[in-house]
Amino acid sequence: MRRGWFLPTMAILGFVFLYAPIISLVVFSFNESKLVTVWSGFSTKWYGELFADPQMLGAAWLSLRIAAVSATIALVLGTLCAIALVRFRRFRGRTVLSGMVSAPLVMPDVITGLSLLLLFVGMESILGWPAGRGMLTIILAHSTFCMAYVCVVVQSRLADFDMSLEEAAMDLGATPARVFFDITLPIIAPALVSGWLLGFTLSLDDLVIASFVSGPGSSTLPMVIFSKVKLGVSPDVNALATIIIGIVALGVFAATIFQLRSRPKKARA
Amino acid sequence: MSSFDIDNPAPPRRRPWTGIERAFAAVGLSGRALVIAAPAIWLTVFFLVPLAVVFGISLATKQFGKPPYSDLLTTEDGTVQLTLHLSNYVRLFTDSLYVAAYLNSIKIAFISTIFALLIGFPMAYFIARSSDRWRNILLMLVILPFWTSFLLRVYALTGFMRGNGVINQILGVFHIPPLVMMQTDFAVYVGIVYTYLPFMILPLFTNLVKLDGALLEASADLGGRPMRTFFSITLPLSMPGVIAGSMLVFIPAIGEFVIPSLLGGPETLMIGRVLWDEFFTNTNWPRAAAVAIAMLVVVVVPIMLLQKAQDAVQDTARAK
Repeated sequence: MRRGWFLPTMAILGFVFLYAPIISLVVFSFNESKLVTVWSGFSTKWYGELFADPQMLGAAWLSLRIAAVSATIALVLGTLCAIALVRFRRFRGRTVLSGMVSAPLVMPDVITGLSLLLLFVGMESILGWPAGRGMLTIILAHSTFCMAYVCVVVQSRLADFDMSLEEAAMDLGATPARVFFDITLPIIAPALVSGWLLGFTLSLDDLVIASFVSGPGSSTLPMVIFSKVKLGVSPDVNALATIIIGIVALGVFAATIFQLRSRPKKARA
Repeated sequence: MSSFDIDNPAPPRRRPWTGIERAFAAVGLSGRALVIAAPAIWLTVFFLVPLAVVFGISLATKQFGKPPYSDLLTTEDGTVQLTLHLSNYVRLFTDSLYVAAYLNSIKIAFISTIFALLIGFPMAYFIARSSDRWRNILLMLVILPFWTSFLLRVYALTGFMRGNGVINQILGVFHIPPLVMMQTDFAVYVGIVYTYLPFMILPLFTNLVKLDGALLEASADLGGRPMRTFFSITLPLSMPGVIAGSMLVFIPAIGEFVIPSLLGGPETLMIGRVLWDEFFTNTNWPRAAAVAIAMLVVVVVPIMLLQKAQDAVQDTARAK
């Protein structure tokens, strides 16, 4: 097929659309003026202000802890779920399990948030646990929707897994658990890493669900950002966004290079 | 699978998990049952039961107290009474606010999905047809925004579209009067397309990259014009990707809260926002629960379509 001008033009416009707002956000984080959109000179003062804001720092620390714990719980449960769905072809309730784990992926956040809050309130009045709402309830909520993402990532890795490796290990007398830890786990490790990172970022990013299930005194970073942004533009949010975008860009960039480097080796093997 | 009997097997190295496995086996739990049970129990408690609770509370009424809703089960003179109120659902159908919010959410989600498809399809097609090296770089560029904060991307748009924002400053250079974009439905469309575009592009790409180039060549050889080839070969073969991508934009857009509340105006009625206000502003939990159940009914068919389309995308990916 002839290469026309249409596709490249559309693609370039599309990427400009995706990146122009992010780039302008980064540029204006170094702006002197409080007016985020009028350039008045280079300055890093908003970064200084960001790191002197105890509310922001406290919320960031809380969010990081919640994200780390949630991503870890989600990693374990999501991996188990992926193994069950890919390896155990037939078992009772397979359809239900597969539906339950993929539904949170598309469930509107407001429904997830409301339903978990009502569950926690109900559990507290019947069981007395969890007492009040805060970090624990946010972790329980985040683990649940993050495990859905982990499960999808690990499932696709397991689907193109060379079963003969496991069979060889079992033929040589390894127990199922040993096969799992010595063969399966190292091979699916890249999927586990990206699943954990995905869970971590999603938890760090969630505003709606956390707003429902958090209690007084446990405001996560997105909740603080949201209340600031609602009042208008604040340059320190630009500074924070620049830091987050920088870390993510470095990470994704490194991962892509790593993948490109490791590909030729795989092709030869 | 076969097993070998070797006269002198090497002594198995002892690892901690051998012990763990024996311990579980001793209480009659197989590894297989545990692998299934752990996620199944978690999801039942934190996904299935909560939805049932929402349904239950949607049949209660608001009352002052803690928790702020009436009990469904009450004991009176030793007999258990079940009281169900349908008033919340009746209100959803009779109060024009709710009906308008539902219709408007569907309209906004639908139009945004169409625009995401129109922008995303050429991008996905271009990426799928570019050389290996470029393909990886372009894919990375699509995935990168997906990893950065959703909330911060919406915030980035406010800086772009506000009265003295980047777009209006560029227009000002050409002496074009500033446009009012913020706090309009237009801003909500832009916001949804902007934030959900990667969800549209990725399934489309997965589908299009498997497209058999020979079919396109055959069509061209037989005299099919590019447009004809596109509409009679490319588009039909990429239908699973189109549906999967569209549903991945449409379903979350229906319940969107952040975008209408940051970019939309006070008159931008969307159901996610209505639910939020019912809950946080009016503290009417039963009404919010009824709104949620009605929203679920709206998204159930799209979710089923998505499931089917995703299976189809997976199948074509595996067949190759």
